[in-house]
This record gives sequence, C-alpha cells and structure tokens, in this order.
Amino acid sequence: MKHTISVLLQNKPGVLSRVTGLFSGRGFNIESLCVAETLDPNVSCLTVVSRGEDTIIEQITKQLNKLIDVIKVTEINDKDFVEREMVLLRVKAEAATRAEVLRVVDIFRGKVVDVSAKSYAIELTGSASKIQAIIDILRPIGIKEIIRTGIIAMPRATKTK
Amino acid sequence: MGKITGSQAVVRCLQEEGVKTIFGYPGGAVLDLFDALMDSDITNVLVRHEQGAVHAADGFARVTGEVGVALLTSGPGATNGVTGIATAHMDSIPLVILTGQVPRPLIGNDAFQEVDIVGITRPCTKHNYLVSNVEDLIPTLRKAFHIARTGRPGPVLVDLPKDLVATKLIYPEKTPIHLSSYQPTFYPHPVQIEKACRRIMKAAKPVLYVGGGVILSNSSKELTELAEKLSIPVTMTLMGLGSYPGSQKLSMGMLGMHGTYTANMAVAESDLLIAVGARFDDRVTGKLADFATKADIIHIDIDPTSISKNVRVDIPIVADCKNALAAMNKWFDTESSFKPAEQGERLKPWLTLISEWTAKHPLAYKDNGTIIKPQYVIETLHQLTGGQAIITTEVGQNQMWAAQFYTFDYPRHFVTSGGLGTMGFGLPAAIGAQMAFPNRTVIDIAGDGSIQMNIQELATAKQYSCPVKVAILNNGYLGMVRQWQELFYCKRYASTTMDVVPDFVELAKAYGAVGLRATTKSEVEPVIREALATNNLVIMDFKIEREEGVYPMVPAGKANTEMLLV
Ligand SMILES: Cc1ncc(C[n+]2csc(CCOP(=O)(O)OP(=O)(O)O)c2C)c(N)n1
Ligand SMILES: [Mg+2]
Repeated sequence: MKHTISVLLQNKPGVLSRVTGLFSGRGFNIESLCVAETLDPNVSCLTVVSRGEDTIIEQITKQLNKLIDVIKVTEINDKDFVEREMVLLRVKAEAATRAEVLRVVDIFRGKVVDVSAKSYAIELTGSASKIQAIIDILRPIGIKEIIRTGIIAMPRATKTK
Repeated sequence: MGKITGSQAVVRCLQEEGVKTIFGYPGGAVLDLFDALMDSDITNVLVRHEQGAVHAADGFARVTGEVGVALLTSGPGATNGVTGIATAHMDSIPLVILTGQVPRPLIGNDAFQEVDIVGITRPCTKHNYLVSNVEDLIPTLRKAFHIARTGRPGPVLVDLPKDLVATKLIYPEKTPIHLSSYQPTFYPHPVQIEKACRRIMKAAKPVLYVGGGVILSNSSKELTELAEKLSIPVTMTLMGLGSYPGSQKLSMGMLGMHGTYTANMAVAESDLLIAVGARFDDRVTGKLADFATKADIIHIDIDPTSISKNVRVDIPIVADCKNALAAMNKWFDTESSFKPAEQGERLKPWLTLISEWTAKHPLAYKDNGTIIKPQYVIETLHQLTGGQAIITTEVGQNQMWAAQFYTFDYPRHFVTSGGLGTMGFGLPAAIGAQMAFPNRTVIDIAGDGSIQMNIQELATAKQYSCPVKVAILNNGYLGMVRQWQELFYCKRYASTTMDVVPDFVELAKAYGAVGLRATTKSEVEPVIREALATNNLVIMDFKIEREEGVYPMVPAGKANTEMLLV
C-alpha cells in the first residue's frame, strides 16, 4: 500500500539526512520526497511517499516521531487532505501530433513551457492519478523525459457540520 | 560577569551537570579542552584507546545511572570511539561524547584529522550536534545531557570545533530546557493501566518478561512489589538481569537463546505476557511465529517504536517503567476485588508447573574430574563474593556463562554489551565501574579472545589504581563461534583457534598487575580467594574445558521450546 506522510521538522542543517538515513538504515522505501521551508522559517515541511504494510508504516511514523528534530508527523489520506504533484514532460511533437498534444494538454489544464521544432515541454499539476492519466495518454505519442516533484499535501479546512 | 573561553565554559557546564570523572584521550583539536580541565576538579581518566574511553564511560553510566562522559579528539580519535558509541546506543546507555573538530573555516576541506563524525554517528547516537555558533555552545551541551538521560536514554555526541572552544563568551545562566520536538511520555494513561490490571487479574498463566528498561528507570523496587503482590513469575533478558532478585522463588532466570528451560517453556505456555522495558529482540524471541503464541501481550515501554515492532501487542502502555509499575501497584492496592492471598492461591497450579519444569531441567553442567568447568568458576566467584560484585563481561560463551551462573540479586551489578555484543567491552567497562565505586569488587569475566581486543586498558586500570579482577575463561578458542561451528558447520573450526595467545600471567606482571593461573578444579577456589584479597589489578587465567558449550541453546531460527539441553 502506498502511504503519504507529512513531517514537520526543524529547519536546520543535517535534519534531512536524519530522515533519509532513517529510511535507508531501516530498509523503508522512499517513492518520493519533497521538502521546503514553511511559513515559519525555522520549520520545514517534508512530504514522503512510501510503500509498505500498515505495520511498516506505523513503524516509520513512530521512528520519525522519535527523531529529536521532528516536530510532527501526519499520515495523509485523500479524504482530509489535498494532494498535489507537479510534473514536467517533454513530449514528441512532430507535424502529425502537435495539435493532438496541445489538445491533451488543454484538457488536463497543463501548460506548454518550452517549444522546439520536435517537442513540447509541458507543465502539469494535479493529483497523482491525474498525472498518471496524462502520462498514459501521451505515452503512445512519445514521452522523451519526465521530471516529477513528488507529492505535497495540505490538510483540508475543517468543515462546519 | 566576565568572559571566559569556550573550553572553560564547557568545563563549567560539566561541573554544573555534576560530572566528576570523564574518560578521554587528547589530540590537537581538544588541546584547549584538556587544558581547561586541568584547572578543574574533574578527573580525566586517560585511557589507552578511544574505544576504551567510551566503554569506560558506558560502564560508569551503567553502574551509577548517571550520564557517562567521554572526550575524544577529532578524526581518528572520534572514529575510534564509534564502536563504543554504537554499543551504548544499542543498550540505551546515557552518554555525552565530546569530540574535537577542526576549526570552522576548515570544515569540509579535508583538513588534517577532519572527519564528519556527526554524519558517521547519526545512526548510532540518540542525537548529535555540531556546534557552529559560540552562543549555542552551552545550551547545546545542556540539551545533550538532557536528551541523553531522559526518555529512552542514549548516547549524544557533541562535536566542538577547535576555534569555537577558543572563543570567549559570557557563560549563560541555566534556564529550564524545553525542546518542543522532544517530549517523552513519562506517565501512563490511566485507562491503559486499568485495562492491563484487569487483564492480569484474569490471567491463569501470567509471566513478567522484563528487560533493561527496568534497570535504566530504577524500577526494580516497583517491579519486585508487583511480582510479589501478584505472585507472577519473572523472566529477565540479558539486559534485565538483577532487576528482580535471581535467587528469589519467582525468578525463572533469563529467557531466549541461552535462557533457562523454565523461562522459555513458561513464555510458550503463558496466557499473558507482561513485557516491561524489553524490546522482543530476536535473541529473546527465537522464531517469532512461535513466540508466546498463547499469550495476550501487555507492553510497557517509554519508546513507542519498541511497541508492536516485532510482536503484536494487545495492551500498549507508553510510559517510564517506574511510573507505569507504580500505577499498577497502586491500582491493585486500591481495588477491592483484588486479594493478594486469593491471587496466590489462584496461580498455584501455574507456579507448581513452573517449579516442576525447573526440577526437571535446572541450569546445569557436567562436572567431572579435575578439568575446570567455566560454570564452576562463575559459581565460585558468586560464592566467594557473596553475590555482591559488579560483574562486567566480554562477549561470547564467557558472557553467557556469567549471565547464567552468577545469580544477580541487584540491579546495576551486571554490565554487559547486549545489543551490539561488543568484544573488548568488559575491561574498560570494569574500569569505568571501578572509578565510580572504588571500594567495591569489580570483576571482568572475560574470554581469551575478547580480552585481547582492549587489553591495553590494563595500563589505564593500573594508572588509576583500579583493582579490577579479570577472570579469563581461557578455552583457547573464539568459543562461541566455535560452538556454532561444532553444532551447525560439521565441527569445521574455521579461524576460531587462536594458536598464539600471550601468557596472561606474564602479561599481568608486565603491566604491574598480579597474574594467577588455575589449571585444575582444585586450584580455582584458592586463585579466586587470592585475587579477591589483593588490592591490585589481577588477571586470573583459568584453563577451562576447551570445548565446553553454552546450554540450553535455541538454534537460530528455531522456536524457543526447541532448546538443546545439556
Ligand atoms: C568486536 C567483535 N568481533 C567479533 C565478534 C563475533 N564473536 C562473538 S563471540 C566471539 C568469540 C569470543 O571469543 P572469546 O572472547 O575467547 O570468548 P569465548 O566465547 O571463548 O568465551 C566472536 C568472535 C564480536 N561479538 N565482537
Ligand atoms: Mg575463548
């Protein structure tokens, strides 16, 4: 099972390596990892996607909490959180397919950010499934390169009942 | 207030933390620190190898419960300390390790004796720091002590650049330490306590399985009270030995790979396992799928990561063991439906079954003729010290025989490298223990292999008048490995025979110590008597049965009930 974990940590040198070292040292896997400063410059937010049984994810969460520099660990689910990822795609765009690529980009509300005679670079943000969908559609046309940021997530504002 | 140097401030901070003895080795990067120490009342025990410094600080911490301190120079000094740090980390021992670092402008430049010790020790410390601003120096040190001694204890390393400790600063006043991201849970949840206690009242075959956490949290008294109030038999891990008196009736001794028949059978048959400050280590559980399959599990531990890590837990209690045990005792004292006498009566069949197991397969060994049996040496040591000695061990068969045959009645009397199993630990740890308690008997139960790993520390013991007694169980083998080869590798003794071994009696003399040897059983007692009567460092060389094995033994990967017996 894929799990997204959001971690607030002290924004200090070496803290990120404590987190990644924990994953490698204990044999936990990292599918993606994304980290940057929060509103409070002393705190960074790290979002990590991992795969494993629930017991493994429970261990990961506990081990993260145990790190002295970790302030808060939250397991993300799509009900209570908004998840987004950005992807940059370089897609083959030759005479026959240029229009088709643009149409797809438009449908997915992506943007063309770089153009050459033979390719477009496309920027797209969305949920992991949306990104997977555009990749699946563009693959037959010819994707030359994919760069993904990894997922970031934010809790939804609590709704009043 | 006037300014003082960083080094002077470090020394003052150590004093503020109550440190009287540290263990260290000098070098370029820590010249200032050692210089400042000279003007203080703190004794630095000058070891002969930095691994020895950390093990000695570790031994000091284990017997006193205080934070042990080691001071090492940068580069090779720091890397030499790593095995010691990892040893303390695995056994949750509170240490503060101060390392020198090259001056800040040189960091990252591959400067002379530069090593990224913070990077190297990240996975084997509870936490570590490189101090890069002088105003952070003292607050960081205070945090280091706080983190080392609270929660689940552990080693904390503080890396101190040479130019930083030479900088002048105004010594900051002590303020309460608050670390927003480090808040161990000290007190148990009352709902969990009640749940646990009610479950215990229903158990027909309860077992207390206790580990090093009980010793680290100084809760032997609370544990003993609970066990006796409820007539619950107790088994201890290697790290937990002494937390409940081994000579008391409810003690089943150690469990696990070299545990007693009784302890392993009791856990297998139990309907309720109450784990206290123990972590279900693989040497304890044997084959996990067959471990305590009939039992519900209550697990008390201050470290949530230990709970449900290896074994599913039914009633988790995150707390300091002392508080949790005290809360349980109090619950039973105030619960009107609980009557200790009735409880004792109710558990009688269980306790009877347990004594039958012990009668059938007690810890035993074959003692024949004049050859010295290692178990006999340990029993004699126990007898002649009245069970009062502090015992440190090396690693291997010597360690297991010590655990099995020196019946520990008190906490903080057994000092052994459990988690990491570090050969070479026992002698420096004994020096640390002896520095803490100069008037007590401290014995390092050693193997002929292990003792050679830090034998240079004999000079340290001598220099600081530590009358440590080293008892070498000399089998001429890396015995524990040989035992595995005997049992599982068709007796192919690959690289476990040491054909060249020093004459330990002569070696003792070379270090200014007393060397004694016993080659027959009848010589054992006189040798030990003489050693104990000597107020000097002593090495006893016991030429033991060469191929004696440690039994019971659970072969790796087997269930604990599949023990090989004597
Ligand atoms: C530093 C280190 N290296 C290797 C080992 C593996 N090992 C475990 S026990 C043992 C043999 C120890 O021999 P000795 O000290 O003579 O003790 P004995 O088992 O013979 O009592 C070895 C090599 C270890 N535990 N520690
Ligand atoms: Mg040996």
